[in-house]
Amino acid sequence: MSLNKEISHNTDKIILPSYSNKILYSPAKILINIWFIIFSVFCILPILYVVAISFSKELDIVTLGYRLIPSNISLKAYEYILRKPTLIINSYTISIIVTVSGTFLSLFLTSMLAYAISRKDYRYRKITSFYIFFTMLFNGGLVPWYILVAKYLHMKDSILALILPYTIAAWFVLLMKGFMGGIPDSIIESAKIDGASEFKAFFKIILPISKPALATVGLFNVLMYWNDWWLGMLFINNEKLVPLQLMLYRIMSNIAFMTSGVASTQVTALNLSDLPNESARMAMCMLAAGPMLFIFPFFQKYFVKGLTLGAVKG
Amino acid sequence: MFIKKEIRQFIRNKELFLMTLPGVLFLLVFSYIPMGGTLIAFKDFNYVKGFWKSDWSGLKNFEFFFTSEYAFRVTRNTVLMNAAFISIGLVISVAFALMLFELGKKETKIYQTIMFFPYFLSWVVVGYIGYAIFNPDLGALNHILAIFNVKPILWYSEPKYWPVILILTNLWKGLGYGSIIYYTGLMGIDSTYYEAASIDGATKFEQIRMITLPLLTPLITMLTLLQVGRIFYADFGLFYFLPKNSGMLKSTTDVIDTFVFNSLRSNGDFGMAAAAGLYQSLVGFILVITANAVVRKIDKDYAIF
Repeated sequence: MSLNKEISHNTDKIILPSYSNKILYSPAKILINIWFIIFSVFCILPILYVVAISFSKELDIVTLGYRLIPSNISLKAYEYILRKPTLIINSYTISIIVTVSGTFLSLFLTSMLAYAISRKDYRYRKITSFYIFFTMLFNGGLVPWYILVAKYLHMKDSILALILPYTIAAWFVLLMKGFMGGIPDSIIESAKIDGASEFKAFFKIILPISKPALATVGLFNVLMYWNDWWLGMLFINNEKLVPLQLMLYRIMSNIAFMTSGVASTQVTALNLSDLPNESARMAMCMLAAGPMLFIFPFFQKYFVKGLTLGAVKG
Repeated sequence: MFIKKEIRQFIRNKELFLMTLPGVLFLLVFSYIPMGGTLIAFKDFNYVKGFWKSDWSGLKNFEFFFTSEYAFRVTRNTVLMNAAFISIGLVISVAFALMLFELGKKETKIYQTIMFFPYFLSWVVVGYIGYAIFNPDLGALNHILAIFNVKPILWYSEPKYWPVILILTNLWKGLGYGSIIYYTGLMGIDSTYYEAASIDGATKFEQIRMITLPLLTPLITMLTLLQVGRIFYADFGLFYFLPKNSGMLKSTTDVIDTFVFNSLRSNGDFGMAAAAGLYQSLVGFILVITANAVVRKIDKDYAIF
């Protein structure tokens, strides 16, 4: 908090002297603005491009290619997906279950761990910190980890395989520890004087005042679980357990996914280009990526805080 | 005596210890046991027989890996691509941060929000965007080339273009993050330096050269060395989804991480995958330690351990 104040204080001050010779720097400022506007367009345009394709008519795509501005707007791709929505609803359900339960479990265990090692009077503080930190320096690599999860923990085709391997990440623990280290000792001591046990103090006092930290680390968790394809790619074969990102990947690697499902029944009678193959694929992509794009800009403040703290103290 | 004291101490700390226990166990299972599991690289692993019953094979897996053409290729691709990401990313991030710093708060916030958009996309989604651009028949790039009368290029079978494509995509996705970190660094610089400099008649560029960059150097050094310490680890999603794991692009897009994954999943070659993985872990470990030692020498406060 105090850091933020300091920063805003500084900028107020900086602006004054450097723009005292305003006439000289206004053109530069305009140029910089133009540059960033161009770059902003570059950041968004590819996303809009995919949106545009998803709203294109399939016939137009086949004849004209992907267009940034579709010549005919068509909702057919979305209609097509939503007419038989089991695939997408199923994947959404899995992704939501994984993200919500994964985030809560991870936050719970991470905050307890981080709190204990942030306490200067905890006897095993140093060794535990090192134990956590070392996992960032060295890891056993993919193969032993894969064999452990698949063969010995029997998590193949289990929803647990999408949650548990990510539950404790050293980086999140250290990030949280950075936040919790800032809790004044006096607060903890006053809780102890009241005779509260460590657990009670943690849940009644520490957790409530750590809300900003929980929000930041929680957001990182949400982003990590929601955008994850890695665990699914490795451990999930069962159709019913496919999370969103894995579903997208499967669709991409199977070029004619939309037609394949109906091939046996209808396609023979239909003109193939009537089926929204290309546009439906991009529509699927937007349905999967959409939530993150809409939700995250609102939480950017917390996100940036975590990123900067993590980068400097990580 | 000593044991008694230790037990008493433990009892006094038992609640905090219990709090750490679940997390500690998770790390034991998912991080430390696989560390021991790296011994698999010295075995002729058979999935059915399992870890303990598979036969030892000495250094045979390593021999296979290092005498294959892959060892050099994936190492080269990983290190060179990461070196390009680090250097180009650094220059552009700092330049962006400096430019943002010249703007008002409101504009800065808008641009940062927009530049952050790609950061929130998963690599799978970025792969889709890439496909929309590089699709040889339907994609944007060949359409644009056609306007200039250039023949369409089969992007997914021409490896020579991919280093540039990967660098640009990585920049596109990571610039919001990079520039924000350096921007925060700039915010921390004491404004009195600039006041004094402008009184002395220093131009903007002189101020950047004499004040901003020197004061930003510790942060730049630290972040760069941290990245250098991870130069042996590639971003799997970028190298896997964007080139669509296309066999024809492997000469420039295959990195250690994708190689390990493909050996394991497509070829079921546990030995090769484990050997390459252990090679990555060991060299990676040495690099982090070295990078940190260098930071430590420059400025103790910036070392991570």
